[in-house]
Amino acid sequence: MMADTLAAVARTNGLLVAFAFVGLVVWVSYALSDRLTGGRLHGSAIAVALGLLLAYVGGAVTGGDAGLADVPLLAGVGVLGGAMFRDFAIVATAFGARVEDMKEAGLVGAASVVIGVVASFAIGGLVAVAFGYHDAVSISTIGAGAATYIVGPVTGAALGASSDVVALSVAAGLVKAILVMVATPVVAKGIGLDNPQSAMIYGGLMGTTSGVAAGLAATDPKLVPYGAMTATFYTGVGCLLAPSVLFLAVRALTG
Amino acid sequence: MVIYGVAVLSISLLAGLFAGDLLGRAIGVEANVGGVGLAMLLLVMLSGRSGGRFQLAPVTAQGITFWSAMYIPIVVAMAARQNVVAAVSSGPLALLAGTLAVAGGFALVPVLAGLHARRRHPAPRGGAR
Repeated sequence: MMADTLAAVARTNGLLVAFAFVGLVVWVSYALSDRLTGGRLHGSAIAVALGLLLAYVGGAVTGGDAGLADVPLLAGVGVLGGAMFRDFAIVATAFGARVEDMKEAGLVGAASVVIGVVASFAIGGLVAVAFGYHDAVSISTIGAGAATYIVGPVTGAALGASSDVVALSVAAGLVKAILVMVATPVVAKGIGLDNPQSAMIYGGLMGTTSGVAAGLAATDPKLVPYGAMTATFYTGVGCLLAPSVLFLAVRALTG
Repeated sequence: MVIYGVAVLSISLLAGLFAGDLLGRAIGVEANVGGVGLAMLLLVMLSGRSGGRFQLAPVTAQGITFWSAMYIPIVVAMAARQNVVAAVSSGPLALLAGTLAVAGGFALVPVLAGLHARRRHPAPRGGAR
């Protein structure tokens, strides 16, 4: 009876369970950061990695597609980590940002979005060709997936790609988002990701809002508003270019 | 009052998302184009700490800074709801396409940052190369 009552309370107060649970994950992560790495590996980087690990466990146990949020008692994690709260918190980080810094990288930031979309599309398309896809629709859909996991299915639907190709494009986008989360704090120093301007360029080139949000959080939270600012335009630009200009280019190349 | 800050934040995001949806529709794509970015610009222009239009009372500002501080926990929750199983078990094509796209993006960051820096601070002509 105790367990039933506890489960019922947890289920009807999902968001509160999520606050408590994430608080615990963050606490454990910062303790690990202190004890094991002497603070060298940032607590938030460990927390994001731990979150991804838990998402894997949750997905493997439940067979669902929302990671830990598919565990009924932890459904609130899905609400807290959903697009509404994510965007709300991202916008709030802009409160500390400087307009002058954003203006300064405005032009190159905008250019980086277009360059990022085209580069990801080209890389994804070339990999598709290397794996034996020769029709323009499949190549474009997989290329679009390498942009983000939203651009992929939008492009696939517009071009009438087969569902297995659409699934591949979503998977490519997921791999990208997760890799950006994990790898950004590792490579940040090497690519000069330590000022607002390079953060805006980085956000525009990578484009995946979730990946950029988590990657910068684990690198330097002060850079979040700058990277998020440009990344937020990426998916829209991708959905504009991939099924139109970029698809036509692929069709011209494949004959 | 704290709720004023939360309300300003909410209004900024709602207005940004609305504008982003309209923009998406105007250019004919099924996606929100820059809604969050527009919301950030709006918030900074209205109430930013440096050069915003309105000076928010410290208590009002707390309604915004609280959510800014909740950013990392929310990102951790976001990480915990990703479909990591699908990404990890997606097969070589998706793994390679995603990985190379990330590597390409990382490699381009210093290139574009360098171009940007050179345009802003051109090297003196005729100097040592």
